[in-house]
Amino acid sequence: MFGVDWSYLLILPIVLGALVAALVLVWWERRVLGWFQDRLGPNRVGWFGVLQALADVIKLVTKDDWVPPFGDRILFILAPVIVAGAMLMSFVVVPLDAHLIIADTNIALLWFLAMSSLAVYGVLLAGLASNNKYALLGGLRSAAQMVTYEVFMGLSLLGVVMLSGSFSLKDVVEAQEEMWFCIPQFVGLVIFVIAGLAETHRLPFDLPEAEHELTAGFHTEYSGMKFGLIMAGEYLALILVSCLIVVLFFGGWLGPGFLPGFVWFGIKVVLVINFFILLRAAIPRPRYDQLMSLGWKILLPLSLLNILVSGAVVLWMAS
Amino acid sequence: MTPSPQAEVADLHDQPGVVSDLIARFGENCTFQQTSDGIPNVWTSRENIAGVLRFLRQDAEHPYELLFDLSAIDERSRKNRDGQPHSDFTVFYHLISLSGDKDIRIKVPLQDDDSSIASVESIYPVANWYEREAYDMFGIDFDGHPNLKRILTPPLWEGHPLRKDHPARATEMDPFQMSDEFKDAQQEALKFVPEEWGMARSTPHTDFMFLNLGPNHPSVHGVFRVALQLDGEVIVQAVPDIGYHHRGQEKMAERQSWHTYIPYTDRIDYLGGVMNNLPYVLNVERMAGIEVPDRAQVIRVMLSEMFRVASHLLFYGTFAQDVGQMSPVFYMFADRERLFSIIEAITGGRMHPSWFRIGGVCQDLPEGWDQMVIDYCDYMPKRLDHYHTMALQNKILKRRSVGIGAYNTEEGLDWGITGPSLRATGHDWDLRKKRPYSSYDQFDFEVPTAENGDCYDRLVVREQEIRQSLRIIRQCAENMPEGSYKAEHRLATPPPKERTMEHIETLIHHFLNVSWGPVVPPCESATTIEATKGWNSFYSISDGGTMAYRTRVRTPSFPALQQIPYISNGFMIPDLIAIIASIDFVMADVDR
Repeated sequence: MFGVDWSYLLILPIVLGALVAALVLVWWERRVLGWFQDRLGPNRVGWFGVLQALADVIKLVTKDDWVPPFGDRILFILAPVIVAGAMLMSFVVVPLDAHLIIADTNIALLWFLAMSSLAVYGVLLAGLASNNKYALLGGLRSAAQMVTYEVFMGLSLLGVVMLSGSFSLKDVVEAQEEMWFCIPQFVGLVIFVIAGLAETHRLPFDLPEAEHELTAGFHTEYSGMKFGLIMAGEYLALILVSCLIVVLFFGGWLGPGFLPGFVWFGIKVVLVINFFILLRAAIPRPRYDQLMSLGWKILLPLSLLNILVSGAVVLWMAS
Repeated sequence: MTPSPQAEVADLHDQPGVVSDLIARFGENCTFQQTSDGIPNVWTSRENIAGVLRFLRQDAEHPYELLFDLSAIDERSRKNRDGQPHSDFTVFYHLISLSGDKDIRIKVPLQDDDSSIASVESIYPVANWYEREAYDMFGIDFDGHPNLKRILTPPLWEGHPLRKDHPARATEMDPFQMSDEFKDAQQEALKFVPEEWGMARSTPHTDFMFLNLGPNHPSVHGVFRVALQLDGEVIVQAVPDIGYHHRGQEKMAERQSWHTYIPYTDRIDYLGGVMNNLPYVLNVERMAGIEVPDRAQVIRVMLSEMFRVASHLLFYGTFAQDVGQMSPVFYMFADRERLFSIIEAITGGRMHPSWFRIGGVCQDLPEGWDQMVIDYCDYMPKRLDHYHTMALQNKILKRRSVGIGAYNTEEGLDWGITGPSLRATGHDWDLRKKRPYSSYDQFDFEVPTAENGDCYDRLVVREQEIRQSLRIIRQCAENMPEGSYKAEHRLATPPPKERTMEHIETLIHHFLNVSWGPVVPPCESATTIEATKGWNSFYSISDGGTMAYRTRVRTPSFPALQQIPYISNGFMIPDLIAIIASIDFVMADVDR
């Protein structure tokens, strides 16, 4: 009762760390894509171009801070804040190590789902407030896509919850001492990865901003640091989803003892992120209605089936 | 030299087949004209035109399915037109019968004070845009045309650019000044009013959304605009709008010498490079009666096929990119880059080498060219196999393109579609096989076709064509004939240097050929080739001068864009993007 909860001290390093990681990731993705695609990628600013993202940020910050006069000013400014803010808030529950966690609550998974649903509002509001037809179409697509994929993103996690018996991410990791959940919950993993892609608006699920169709979709009108915030939000989402995949399915910080837990965690996250980058380089974009039918007709029944089977197995093991 | 090609009024009844049929039906007011290209030209009166075309389309022994070209000629300052009916403006219709492998050109004389003619849009749907173009460029009225508006120039443009009295240079006009009234009027004219585009604003249950796709949009491949009437994301109507890339290629041809126009042709289909030079130089050679040496012909074939590969690679990559696949375009650009380095080694240029000359090519091949070419032919098929698995067999790409934007052969011909896009409907017409030019009959290659005529098939046909082109290139490299790379002809080649130093006559000749350029005898001729995107044709008229009297450039992309509404209505925006990607057009090729 009189003890000080030192975990609050973690807030600043984790928020800053996440932002810096997002920044580095912008550069890293471009380098890796360049490597995949037989070209160089950014290699001029700093060592191997590592400061490129910083240069980009300086450019974005110093740009004219333009708000479209035909749009809704308040919502237009609010939207990127929601996008980036919701993602940062989610990091509160991510355990980097057994003790490196800001809030080990018993609703951690629900918190993550709630925050990612909140981020949809940011995208939707950005599309609406811009009063631009491309942005509107992007916002609409985003709303439909998110509603669809939120549903079974949640459902795909229930298997993990059943196996670990807790919504706390720390408990989830500790439940994987014997076996990582990627094996018993393989179906859940696949569905979560797909839903995560949809959540982060990355190719092949970048329909809300599909460049070749909607120029830039919901953020067509955004420029300067507001655009920067949206981009940051997307890269934060990528990191967050990768963190959660590691925590939920790949044993979080668990690993052989010669390295500290958070290093194992970091290695795993980087691998997952690279997998996402590879996906982006490899796969074309399905059409909007094809994506919807994939969601409702295949992934939703599959995740329900997964819950049913997992539940049955858990009950059978318990009895 | 060919026999004097000037209009010979032959005995009409001696003419084969369709011409005598025409005479029999439409009476003696038809006049026959022979041109150097061997295409029969029949002059008829404007009252008859609809009847003549309907007969040719429906009742002729070999129906003329394709209205290949339609434009006009301003004859008012032309001197050499013996035997042709009096005419201020001549509208010509170039028809092709693929079933009978025949061409015919119908010409109609119009007078300056009354230049109107019946629209044939109801007989040949493709005539719609061609008639708008003729109206825009010459001010000819097409009675009964559903939408006779300017198509290439801005709505408020004054005058009709291809008329001989319209200025061709800025120096012939007063300095341009943008007044406020001028600006406001232009802005006003550009306002989007759905009704003017044939779009309803709403139905009892739906309000439609209008979306301007372009002229600046990432996937319209240049400055191309499609106005969309949308119900949600479903396209109710798509109306293409062109003209943003118009440079007046045909007008420029009238003030460039026969030689100096060659670099302009490169920029028509700017991905086709020297492929654009080919129909032009072939045409001028026919008009001037120049025989091209074998070596030059094979060099031309090799370079043209290289550009076909380069153009198809770009198409392939951007197609994958437009359906959201990020990487293939980079690989294909890298391969295209390798090809450009070979082209650069041979010609010194990359995208627009302007390397063909009247009578041959610019220079002989450099040392070591053959190894570079053969290495590329060895390297490329493996890459294509790789891309086949990566892009062509990708399930998502298939889902995005199979069954999208399909048309059959008849519909394709109705809309003037030629080349790979027509072959994707299962029609195996390839000019290189059916009417070989520039020694294509000496090569062993196949004509790839597909069946369904949808976006995916258009991609498959082009992918296969890359392989066939590589076969042709290899055959060129392995069997390059010896000999001269240019013709020994006074209109093509300067006289030998030693003689110019001794004979004053030869010196004068040399001097005039260099300063004025060659004089091509008065004649008319059209030459069509199988270009990268379809059939590209140059129809030149010489009035016995150092410059063309009129040059008509018929490009494959122009009619292809006109077809967009008919293959995209009812689909969604992403499908439209796939359709646009599959058409394989270049705006410079559309607007000229």
